[in-house]
Amino acid sequence: MKPPPFDHHAPETLEEALEVLARTGEDAKVLAGGQSLIPLLNMRLAAPAHLVDINRVASLDTLEVTEEGVRIGALARHARVERSAQAAATQPLLRAALRHVAHPVIRNRGTVVGSLAHADPAAELPAVLALLEGTVEAASVAGRRTIGAAEFFAGPLESSLRPGELATGAFFPALPANAGIAFAEVARRHGDYAMAGAAALVTVDEDQRVSSARVAYLSVAATPLVLDLTGVLERRPPVTCDWAAAAAYARDHMDTDEDIHASAEYRRHLAGVLTERVLRAAAQQAL
Amino acid sequence: MTEIGLTVNGVLRAASAEPRRLLSDFLRHDLGLTGTHVGCEHGVCGCCTVLFDGEPVRSCLMFAVTAAGHEVTTVEGLGAGGMSPVQRAFQDCHGLQCGFCTPGFLCTVTALLRDNPRPSEDEVLEGISGNLCRCTGYQNIIKAVHRAADLIAEESGEADR
Ligand SMILES: Cc1cc2nc3c(=O)[nH]c(=O)nc-3n(C[C@H](O)[C@H](O)[C@H](O)COP(=O)(O)OP(=O)(O)OC[C@H]3O[C@@H](n4cnc5c(N)ncnc54)[C@H](O)[C@@H]3O)c2cc1C
Ligand code: FES
Ligand code: FES
Repeated sequence: MKPPPFDHHAPETLEEALEVLARTGEDAKVLAGGQSLIPLLNMRLAAPAHLVDINRVASLDTLEVTEEGVRIGALARHARVERSAQAAATQPLLRAALRHVAHPVIRNRGTVVGSLAHADPAAELPAVLALLEGTVEAASVAGRRTIGAAEFFAGPLESSLRPGELATGAFFPALPANAGIAFAEVARRHGDYAMAGAAALVTVDEDQRVSSARVAYLSVAATPLVLDLTGVLERRPPVTCDWAAAAAYARDHMDTDEDIHASAEYRRHLAGVLTERVLRAAAQQAL
Repeated sequence: MTEIGLTVNGVLRAASAEPRRLLSDFLRHDLGLTGTHVGCEHGVCGCCTVLFDGEPVRSCLMFAVTAAGHEVTTVEGLGAGGMSPVQRAFQDCHGLQCGFCTPGFLCTVTALLRDNPRPSEDEVLEGISGNLCRCTGYQNIIKAVHRAADLIAEESGEADR
């Protein structure tokens, strides 16, 4: 279990990094925290000719919190974002989800942007970005572009980044007024990838009735699945909402697959249970 | 091959290695520090955990070239002149049997108690959740973490007096 040989590039500026990526194109992989890529290399499931190690590009090690939301640079580690009180105050879903990402020691190295770029359907952060309708910022020698979450996650372990492109950061919009969030997942062991997981964002109107309810799921489809459950909940106050109907709707609107961890039916069952749980908690928080 | 230099346990060390050299193998094979153990090489077991600029990380999930210029503390460096409180607590509480997992636990727990000197039971469980032990059944490891917290508190109390 040793990685195959590769040429190592250690740019110190973004310009240098983009220049190497342009030169090496499809033969290159970006190395950020290495917590997903290095296991793949060690198991020889990937063998890129070039690794562009961005760990020395200090300008990417940023975390900016404004009223609009949280902007996370490509070198900000999971642990830094998780610990940031400002980030948690502006968008509490980040911390709630990060606590389920692997173990604390893995979070010391793994990056938020790397997790998005890796696009694992069982990962927490892609579902969070999708629910909040956040964006990924990409750069190449040709210029910059901003990619919406719905477009960014193209397939299992597949983002819509192009060869030569680097994800420089991601933006997670702030929690709106009169809104609440919740995150829950079921994994065999704490820290493992979940068999199913759900994140909810619920808003209430001035009469304290549910005015919007959306849930994003992980581990139930090839890319994060976002369902709008506003209609099913019929704009009622949370105490009279039919959460079970929302759960049933969710179960009927997902096309789960089976794998070694869980059958398709069991996954769908879990997603239903989690739907109810996160909707209740998020609605409670919104009041 | 490239020359890779980094500070290990307070001493500047250098050796030449390929870019694909994992930090774990660099420590063990190139620097002869075999205290850092290697169990799975994909981040799951935690045996290879070392402190990287003070923070616990998996040395099997980092290339030595990435670590160049940084500071690494391995199990060999935890007890400067004798065993550290965490090491003594593991000994006192029988927190090890074969000892294979122990270096990783010691590094993880050292950082855990530095950041949180009085962890609750849940915080201890979360803190060591990424380290696997196939022998002890964890109960004595958990006891050892609390015991280490006591030892550190006692000893820093003595230092204040
Ligand atoms: C034991 C273990 C358990 C884990 N459990 C979970 C879990 O429960 N949930 C979870 O979400 N994750 C889990 N992870 C993965 C972890 O969260 C990773 O940190 C994360 O998926 C990838 O981030 P990274 O910075 O380590 O990226 P890397 O491993 O460096 O890169 C991953 C991929 O993304 C690409 N990439 C990275 N950054 C960029 C960039 N800026 N621009 C373009 N491409 C880029 C790389 O080329 C590579 O293809 C686990 C990891 C381990 C080892
Ligand atoms: S050898 Fe590094 S985590 Fe198992
Ligand atoms: S003491 Fe043997 S694996 Fe932990």
